[in-house]
Amino acid sequence: MILDGKTPTGPIEKSWDKARFDMKLVNPANKRKFKILMVGTGLAGGAGAASLGELGYNVEAFCYQDSARRAHSIAAQGGINAAKNYPNDGDSIYRLFYDTIKGGDFRAREADVWRLAQVSNNIIDQCVAQGVPFARDYAGYLDNRSFGGAQVSRTFYARGQTGQQLLLGAYSALSRQVKAGTVKMHPRTEMLDLVVVDGVAKGITVRNLITGKIESHWGDAVVLATGGYVNVFYLSTNAMGCSVTAAWKAAKKGAYFANPCYTQIHPTCIPQHGDKQSKLTLMSESLRNDGRCWVPKNEADCDKAPGDVPEEDRDYYLERKYPSFGNLAPRDIASRAAKEQCDDNRGVGPGKRGVYLDYQTAIDRVGEATIAERYGNLFEMYEKITAENAYKRPMRIYPAPHYSMGGLWVDYQCQSNIPGLFVLGEANFSVHGANRLGASALMQGLADGYFVIPYTIAPYLASITPGTVKEDHPAFKESVEQVEAQINKMLNINGKKTVSELHRELGTVMWEDVGMARSDASLKNALKRIPEIRDEFWNNVNVTGEPGEINQQLENAGRLADFLEFAEIFAKDALHREESCGGHFRTEHQTDDGEAMRDDENFCYVGAWEFKGVGVEPELHKEPLKFENVKLAVRSYK
Amino acid sequence: MNLTLHVWRQKGPEDKGKLETYQAKNISEDQSFLEMLDDVNEDLIKTGKDPIAFDHDCREGICGMCSQVINGKPHGGQERTTVCQLHMREFKDGDEIFIEPWRAKAFPVQKDLIVDRSALEKIMQAGGYTSCHTGGVADGNALLIPKPTADYAMDAAECIGCGACVASCPNSSAMLYTSAKVSQLAVLPQGKGEAKARVKEMTDTLLTEGFGNCTNHYECQEACPKGISVKFIAKLNREYLKSLA
Ligand SMILES: Cc1cc2nc3c(=O)[nH]c(=O)nc-3n(C[C@H](O)[C@H](O)[C@H](O)COP(=O)(O)OP(=O)(O)OC[C@H]3O[C@@H](n4cnc5c(N)ncnc54)[C@H](O)[C@@H]3O)c2cc1C
Ligand code: SF4
Ligand code: FES
Repeated sequence: MILDGKTPTGPIEKSWDKARFDMKLVNPANKRKFKILMVGTGLAGGAGAASLGELGYNVEAFCYQDSARRAHSIAAQGGINAAKNYPNDGDSIYRLFYDTIKGGDFRAREADVWRLAQVSNNIIDQCVAQGVPFARDYAGYLDNRSFGGAQVSRTFYARGQTGQQLLLGAYSALSRQVKAGTVKMHPRTEMLDLVVVDGVAKGITVRNLITGKIESHWGDAVVLATGGYVNVFYLSTNAMGCSVTAAWKAAKKGAYFANPCYTQIHPTCIPQHGDKQSKLTLMSESLRNDGRCWVPKNEADCDKAPGDVPEEDRDYYLERKYPSFGNLAPRDIASRAAKEQCDDNRGVGPGKRGVYLDYQTAIDRVGEATIAERYGNLFEMYEKITAENAYKRPMRIYPAPHYSMGGLWVDYQCQSNIPGLFVLGEANFSVHGANRLGASALMQGLADGYFVIPYTIAPYLASITPGTVKEDHPAFKESVEQVEAQINKMLNINGKKTVSELHRELGTVMWEDVGMARSDASLKNALKRIPEIRDEFWNNVNVTGEPGEINQQLENAGRLADFLEFAEIFAKDALHREESCGGHFRTEHQTDDGEAMRDDENFCYVGAWEFKGVGVEPELHKEPLKFENVKLAVRSYK
Repeated sequence: MNLTLHVWRQKGPEDKGKLETYQAKNISEDQSFLEMLDDVNEDLIKTGKDPIAFDHDCREGICGMCSQVINGKPHGGQERTTVCQLHMREFKDGDEIFIEPWRAKAFPVQKDLIVDRSALEKIMQAGGYTSCHTGGVADGNALLIPKPTADYAMDAAECIGCGACVASCPNSSAMLYTSAKVSQLAVLPQGKGEAKARVKEMTDTLLTEGFGNCTNHYECQEACPKGISVKFIAKLNREYLKSLA
């Protein structure tokens, strides 16, 4: 089937204004009658729930942590982009739009990206009004920094904790609505199923993580803002609880999953220390503003202390390969370049899986105090984990799974192919194409939550009668029974392997075979291994405890069960996409000097997969991508 | 290294709970404290026992989810460090470690090391915001906020809402947590208008939610993993006095 993104027609500059004008509105007096379920309260969900509550809708919001303030958006460090052009360095909405399309390697929808660039400026204003303490200069003006993939300085930041401050801003707006009674919060509650009645989303089934009770919630619309899925790699920069569960349960009820193979491997993470490691820690990309990446030119120097490798024997490989962007090359390119050096046996540190990120030049130029001011908390974090002082000795970094560009398919209204199901933030696929630029996820989350969904949900609500389906509908009972059956099944296997052992096994397959570089052979191997691990899970996992209590093993088991199904569609998508683009690198499709080779002739489309059953071939639906404003071109950062 | 752990085990809120002893074997000094507990839990599962329940999520010291009292100190007592960032190189072979949940009347234990911190939410809902609504706000540079003021606000805003300050306080007061938000918004032009009402509503809620009063022990500042200073408590007190005027 050919999918229609329902993007507005006409000049791109007017597209969002025109679309907004064309949208039906819900009468203010009627808003209260509509119940909206917001699953997830990170930047996207928190901003969305607060804004919809303010408008007068009856909102119920869910998250698995004990507070909305703890969503993984909290961990974002570097910053948020906006086209304010405060530094007067040539930025504009058009340039942010252009950079995002190009950065995404021409695999995103133009109209969605335009809208994002357009509302980016409102986001900064909104956050300032909430009291977000962005960095400022002595006169009081907002400060900016640069980020990968851009030649202008458009990133706003709050020390190294931008995500935290933005999330606390959204959380404060949400708290205000909770007090006002327009939003009801359900923390420590995990969505385990989407309830669909006659093809329309009408509610969710959740587990109360304290009592273990399975509960039903009806809603006139369901909005998922449940974050990304890179924990499918086991080790990633995501929080331990991040999962594909909510999105995957929706996919199993018919929502298409778009571009699952587009995942981002972030270049600057702290290398793995050993096999007991539970997660990887990101060091903000902003570090590449002042840090220089290098490895020794000679393999023999790799075991030496970095200070003992003379300047002429160092290979500043990013500066060498990409002279115009240098250390600020986009993430996918920087990550692959690091892997190349290590594959060439010139990596450093334990296992030789690491490259240096060196501050000496910057410290000589601006002084240690300035560097501390800019990145102090990151240096501190690095020291806590590695016991090394990065002011004195270059950091060691290595790429790690970080972000999912893929996600549930949505149209321009952020509505999935299931009417009444909307998807926001990292959970949808919409704006980043095959690669996301730094500081653009925070922008997207808040754009979707504050400035998109409050408008785009209205036409749908205006077309339905509120409250027609409630929890007494048989579809809810059926869903509860299914969820309970799966829980009981997992608790009664009593096998020999723990959930984390099996998750590690899956992660190893995904990292080795579906990671930074993928080939026909590696993907076929993954497609053989994933079902084997899944079978082992269902026959040999040991999940302890009872269903009716706090049971973290059970929570993890459920999330892993979903990853084990999802991983297969992920690898299939990577296998079918016979080209290299952005974060998806197929070794068969590269130029002589190792750069990605896109195939616009055959693959200039969104690949959206329809689930047909576990172990059954999914069906691929395509949404062709048209580029009318940015010319399809080979992406070059040289 | 090998360690002996004494861990608080409690089935549920009604259960009395007690310390149980476990051995942590072959722990590497590069492991984090929570990775050490993961290991112990893997052993427990393999021997058919219920693993230790504890809160955690980001494991990078920012979400505020992790919450354990280690050898009598919230977060283990290392300067500016959450439990999840504590590494085993701080311990040595043969150490005995006591691990307990946050203890405070306002934080009932739910299971093992997991407590209910929803009382902290109520304090935010009482006034931890500026009453701006989405859209219709001024340009970000329309309000000039000189760097020292922005920095002061940011120092306060770094609070991760973990509750260690409460757990360390002899009175179980949430004053440091509350004062951080009050101070952040009180110095910013965006928050000044509502400063009086905010400080009153937030401190009132602090008492109704079962937290104690602040009698200047300053244990909170010691325990705080984000280095939130007690100078913000002084600021809160000044704001409170102003609100009475
Ligand atoms: C370490 C790190 C650093 C980053 N730095 C930057 C940066 O500097 N700039 C930038 O732009 N981006 C950055 N990103 C990316 C960015 O932070 C995220 O993409 C973005 O915050 C995602 O927001 P979200 O609202 O979509 O999801 P999240 O913040 O992940 O929120 C997901 C929400 O869904 C809930 N949830 C999930 N599943 C369920 C379920 N089944 N049931 C109920 N609730 C559920 C969770 O409880 C949570 O509330 C970074 C990411 C990481 C990991
Ligand atoms: S003030 Fe410090 S100890 Fe208290 S909640 Fe905030 S971060 Fe935690
Ligand atoms: S787990 Fe997030 S702060 Fe410790």
